Amino acid sequence: MSQQRIPAWITVGVIPLANVAMSALAAALVFWYLNINPLDALQAMVYGAFGSSYGWGYTLYYMTSYIFTGLAVAVVFQAGMFNIGGEGQAYIGALGVGLVCLGLGGHVPFIVLLPISIIAAFVFGGLWALIPAWLQAKRGSHIVITTIMFNFIAASLMNYLLINFMKPAGTMSVESAVFDPSSWIPKMHEVLALIGISIDRSPLNLSMFWALFVAFAVWFFLWRTRWGYEVRAMGSNASGAQYGGISIPGTVIMIMIIGGGLAGFMALNVVQGEAHQIKLNLVNQMGFTGIAVALMGRNHPVGIVIASLLFGFLTQGGSELQFEYSVDARIVVVLQGLVILFSGALQNMMKHPIERLYLRLSSNRRKTSEEFAAEA
Amino acid sequence: MTAQTHSAAEYALELRGIDKHFGAVHANKNIDLKVEKGTIHGIVGENGAGKSTLMSIIYGFYEADQGDIAIDGQVLKIKDSKTAIASGIGMVHQHFMLIQNFTALENVVLGAESGELIDDSLDKARTELNRLSDEFGLSVPLDQPVEELSVGFQQRIEILKALYRGARILILDEPTGVLTPQETEHLFKVLDSLKAQGTTVILITHKLREILAATDNVSVMRRGEMVAHVKTAETTQEDLAELMVGRKVLLRVDKGDSAPGDVKLSVRNLSMTDSAGVKRLDNVSLDVRAGEIVGIAGVSGNGQSELLETLAGITPVDSGTIDLNGHTLDAQHPMNPSQVRKAGIGHIPEDRHRMGLINTFSAYEAFVLGYHRNHEYNGALQMKQGAIIEDCKEKMERWDVRPQDPYLKTANFSGGNQQKLVIAREIEQNPDVLLIGQPTRGVDIGAIESIHKRILEMRDAGKAILLVSVELDEIRSLSDRILVMFDGTIVGEVPADKADERTLGLMMANIVPDEIKALQAEESA
Repeated sequence: MSQQRIPAWITVGVIPLANVAMSALAAALVFWYLNINPLDALQAMVYGAFGSSYGWGYTLYYMTSYIFTGLAVAVVFQAGMFNIGGEGQAYIGALGVGLVCLGLGGHVPFIVLLPISIIAAFVFGGLWALIPAWLQAKRGSHIVITTIMFNFIAASLMNYLLINFMKPAGTMSVESAVFDPSSWIPKMHEVLALIGISIDRSPLNLSMFWALFVAFAVWFFLWRTRWGYEVRAMGSNASGAQYGGISIPGTVIMIMIIGGGLAGFMALNVVQGEAHQIKLNLVNQMGFTGIAVALMGRNHPVGIVIASLLFGFLTQGGSELQFEYSVDARIVVVLQGLVILFSGALQNMMKHPIERLYLRLSSNRRKTSEEFAAEA
Repeated sequence: MTAQTHSAAEYALELRGIDKHFGAVHANKNIDLKVEKGTIHGIVGENGAGKSTLMSIIYGFYEADQGDIAIDGQVLKIKDSKTAIASGIGMVHQHFMLIQNFTALENVVLGAESGELIDDSLDKARTELNRLSDEFGLSVPLDQPVEELSVGFQQRIEILKALYRGARILILDEPTGVLTPQETEHLFKVLDSLKAQGTTVILITHKLREILAATDNVSVMRRGEMVAHVKTAETTQEDLAELMVGRKVLLRVDKGDSAPGDVKLSVRNLSMTDSAGVKRLDNVSLDVRAGEIVGIAGVSGNGQSELLETLAGITPVDSGTIDLNGHTLDAQHPMNPSQVRKAGIGHIPEDRHRMGLINTFSAYEAFVLGYHRNHEYNGALQMKQGAIIEDCKEKMERWDVRPQDPYLKTANFSGGNQQKLVIAREIEQNPDVLLIGQPTRGVDIGAIESIHKRILEMRDAGKAILLVSVELDEIRSLSDRILVMFDGTIVGEVPADKADERTLGLMMANIVPDEIKALQAEESA
């Protein structure tokens, strides 16, 4: 009853901000315990993430990855399921991107190669999600369990492929050959240099624009197409959707392919845009962080872009912190953990007090106007 | 001081100025209520009138913003249901709160165990329950798991639970919704004997006939206010309905003769076994012709839901054949719900929350559920949102859905308006066959009138209508022929003019009266 009268600016504005503020407060306690002045730490993080074009570059580079992995969780969540397999789907997506770049790089122009690598990222990631989806739709195996398992399977498969097939002869490190430079997605600083703007070198590349476009496309898909309608109907009331003639197994399979494909896109940023080769463990927990991003962004593309920026800031600012104060590198994980704790697990802690406060204030306001009317 | 002692003797429960807000909603406005000791007191009102809120306040689920509750003349602060129980208040909820695989005895004792070892408690409870059931006619097989007992027995267990905890004031919330007329009668007998022993009973219901049959006094609620307290003997159904709604209502529908045409829906030997291996439908056969309403009566849970869902393509057919408006649906020719719709079948599901609507959707989105792939609502890629919204506005106006706001979330409409949304959606597609389940469940009296009118209009327009309802009055006033279901089978058919309550009630308990048997023999001969 009470939710329906809470205006949107409270739900999507005030409450998430309060949650972030709570986690910042908790982080301050951690810094205080580490004998670091929390304000200095905050300054170091903000400066590190936003203080220079170098900082910005890294922040937005991380943001790009988080948008993809966050959307991968969110679209599936709109259908009422939990896709925990972003880690593996992104890894297999990287295989697709790598195969295209290794196979076609240098042979076809970039403009031809790029659409193929985009499709490959989507198809490889999507197919990796198809197996758990099929098991869920036809066999009832719970998708949370199967997607987690498929993360491990993906990691083992990639180990095997890298060591036995993709590692160039005579190298020690487990990674593929470097792609032909003609297949690389241009870096932002290179592109801006062409039009005379000079910024620092950073991994930020043009896939950021693709990420923003994909976020828009996901919104359009979910809220403007009949397929999105079916996905949301199923996520909100599966028996209602079935009554409406929506095929539940079909929708499960479709949305998981889309989710896996979105996770696969992450490889465009990390592999084709920055590393230019397939490396061991290249996803580096970003698939898992996508869960937090989706949670924080309330499974809405706009929220996910904002949450991705926040997590990009935490990742980049946190690593600056590590240089500055030589704290453990895992401080980033601690900070992310606090954000997840307060905006995910404890999200109702702030929600109810804030809603109650709002209701009390608004009913007071109404009461006074009623009294006023009565007197007049 | 004398007045105090006077009221202590007279009133078991007294509410003074109870007021409750939920944010902007004023659920209870300055409610006064006096319930005389040892009487049966009815409380009627439409959905959302504030009955449940008021009872929840008495039972300690909510705390009132203002006002006092006095029990036996003593003002009490009821903070939680524990306090309420300790002060002698017992409540039988509409949905039973029983552990299905516990026995009746274990259910009664649950939460009221007296020692470390359960056996002592059970022994003590057994003696006490035997006494109670002798005294009030509440016999229950104490050692059988609840899941094996009928709904009537389950309700008795709920009453025993309250009495075992020493209830002197017993509140029953819509107790007859799931009972056959005979079970209802028995319940009222139990209530009478409780009354004779000095227990005070508060009966909440929307069935006016039952209020007249069972209570001594009635209080009527409308929009959060108590609008009247009357002696039952001095009032009529029509008066109560008018008090509830605030205007005159037509309780019976005027219905002309039906003019049945061709068979539009034909079911032959339909059987269905659910995933747990229970036979839900057993050799069901029926015909529905154009221009007639065939009603299916029965206590809920006797296969009516499964029948509707199978006809609508939601549940697959195990054996038997269905002819849906010229399309065959059987195990070899399965159809999904959208194919069934395309065959010209409309389906108003029994439970609008579970099926008919998507609660998080806006009204305009809910208005196309099931038809969302139709050509007129879709472009190549995106849905024609503008056209859908226009369409929705138009239909909302035609059906008087309030508020007329296509953007409002379906969950935020009242029950009656949600139901109108569903009915409007299905009827506006102009199907040849309409499957209707519980069209007025949880709908206000005022809205019931207009829904019934629309259903009859559809009949007169030559549609074949299959109507499932657990409200006997509804079945009797709308149907041209009535089929009674029991345990997945069709017990028999009764022409509408022969369908009195006793006959239907017996058939709902799988007893076919002789005159109906004779009638059926005549027909088959």
